[in-house]
Amino acid sequence: MTLQQFMNEAISPWMREDGPDSDIVLSSRIRLARNFAEASFPLIAKQEVLEEIKVFFQKEYEHQSFQDYQDFAFVPIRGLSPVEKRVLVEKHLISPHLAKHAESAATLISENEQVSVMINEEDHIRIQMYFPGFQLNKALKKAFEFDDWLEEKVNYAFDETRGYLTSCPTNVGTGMRASVMMHLPALAITGQLNRMIPAINQLGLVVRGIYGEGSEAVGNVFQISNQITLGKSEEDIVEDLQSVVKQLIEHERKARSRLVDQSGTQLEDRIYRSYGVLEYSRIIESMEAAKCLSNVRLGIDLGIIKNVSRHILNELMILTQPGFLQQYAKKTLTANERDVLRASLIRERLQLEK
Amino acid sequence: MECQECQERPATLHFTQVMNGTKKEVHVCEVCAKEKGYMTYPEEGYSLHNLLTDLFNFESVPLGNTNGDTFRQTKELQCPQCKMTFTEFKRIGKFGCATCYHTFSDRLDPVFRRVHSGNTKHHGKIPTRKGGDLHAKKQVESLKTELKNLIENEAFEKAATVRDQIKEIEKQMRGDDA
Ligand SMILES: [Zn+2]
Ligand SMILES: [Zn+2]
Repeated sequence: MTLQQFMNEAISPWMREDGPDSDIVLSSRIRLARNFAEASFPLIAKQEVLEEIKVFFQKEYEHQSFQDYQDFAFVPIRGLSPVEKRVLVEKHLISPHLAKHAESAATLISENEQVSVMINEEDHIRIQMYFPGFQLNKALKKAFEFDDWLEEKVNYAFDETRGYLTSCPTNVGTGMRASVMMHLPALAITGQLNRMIPAINQLGLVVRGIYGEGSEAVGNVFQISNQITLGKSEEDIVEDLQSVVKQLIEHERKARSRLVDQSGTQLEDRIYRSYGVLEYSRIIESMEAAKCLSNVRLGIDLGIIKNVSRHILNELMILTQPGFLQQYAKKTLTANERDVLRASLIRERLQLEK
Repeated sequence: MECQECQERPATLHFTQVMNGTKKEVHVCEVCAKEKGYMTYPEEGYSLHNLLTDLFNFESVPLGNTNGDTFRQTKELQCPQCKMTFTEFKRIGKFGCATCYHTFSDRLDPVFRRVHSGNTKHHGKIPTRKGGDLHAKKQVESLKTELKNLIENEAFEKAATVRDQIKEIEKQMRGDDA
């Protein structure tokens, strides 16, 4: 497996499959933070120590396979161009933190991009396991199995009382961050989501918008994740998160059908206008693109727009981000050039559907 | 005492806030604490060091203890492994290595309690390798809960089996230790 594959395709192979409730839940993720017992954490560790860890991962895991996760590519971040780093971040295969601390950082990515291991991020090891749709339990099960597999060769920093020891006190215990990405246009349009967020926070869960600056959620895509990592088992944390996600799904479905009943024409207008913008514009900024994509995806889910793939939101959201556009153009682009290329890529992609 | 922000709910959190050298007493409910930023919650992918530095600004001096400086005057703790001091840990909000957890152990409960909704102990996965005894302990713990339930439900026959299981595991654990 080569880096090139990760660069060329906007959507990861695992995203092409539909998971449960995939009209609302785009993906489920489990992230586990782990550290070597003997080495200082990356923040203060000596360069040689981190280099040793990196070499260990290359030696032990490059081109190895585990279950469905075949032929791991070992990618040292230092060797990547700024655009390549950005693409990996936009595909959520690595974190912005890892891209920034390139010196001794690396990643292992499975062929289907369902598992990635970040090496020398804030912790020595961060495992990420993705599943399409709403499949947190499955993701947890597989993340645990993968964790056990790594543990065969790694002596983890673990304490009977405090659990898995991490660089930041906010991750100690399970070291687990479980999250789902949800498309919640109806709850966002009607302002219901903002009213629900404080109650969700009370349960120790965090809601944040992605694809946007600050707290604004461009494209109505939100990430819901657990805040607490100490004192509860992974299963309990996942169960709590799941029950909230289930409620959000139900509320979103209700809000959608209420929108259709009460303001069907306005809704249809909004959806078709967005479709028109995507199909005909020559210059489009990422914010506008995200908004229109969210509306079109809603139109597809409601059966208003037919013959367009549901994956268009996931795919174009990634494809039209700055890193990916430049990867596609094979050169750096100004903001204006990006807006032009973005519009043309979207038009082409919609043409493909016809 | 009622919450000084909303004047509605009872104040459940009490801090002495030390900011720019002046001390201020804060009595708020949990809701207002979050809303007004008395309690900061970290966001993933975010610089968490703000959270921790904020956290330590509240230096958790219990009210009624007016001598808030005792905390500061205690001897400086330093991790023998990575050399990080407790002051440095407070400043950057991150541990230097696994040994830091043991070195600062006595002072960490308030930190964890605040970050993890009152929790200070791990209740999750145990590494398969080092786990040996731990796995057995965990198993005994869950069997004991089961035993309690069985007795409450007067399923004595089944309870006896579970009790024997517990005894067996505990015997094995003792054997391992010897
Ligand atoms: Zn209040
Ligand atoms: Zn240390």
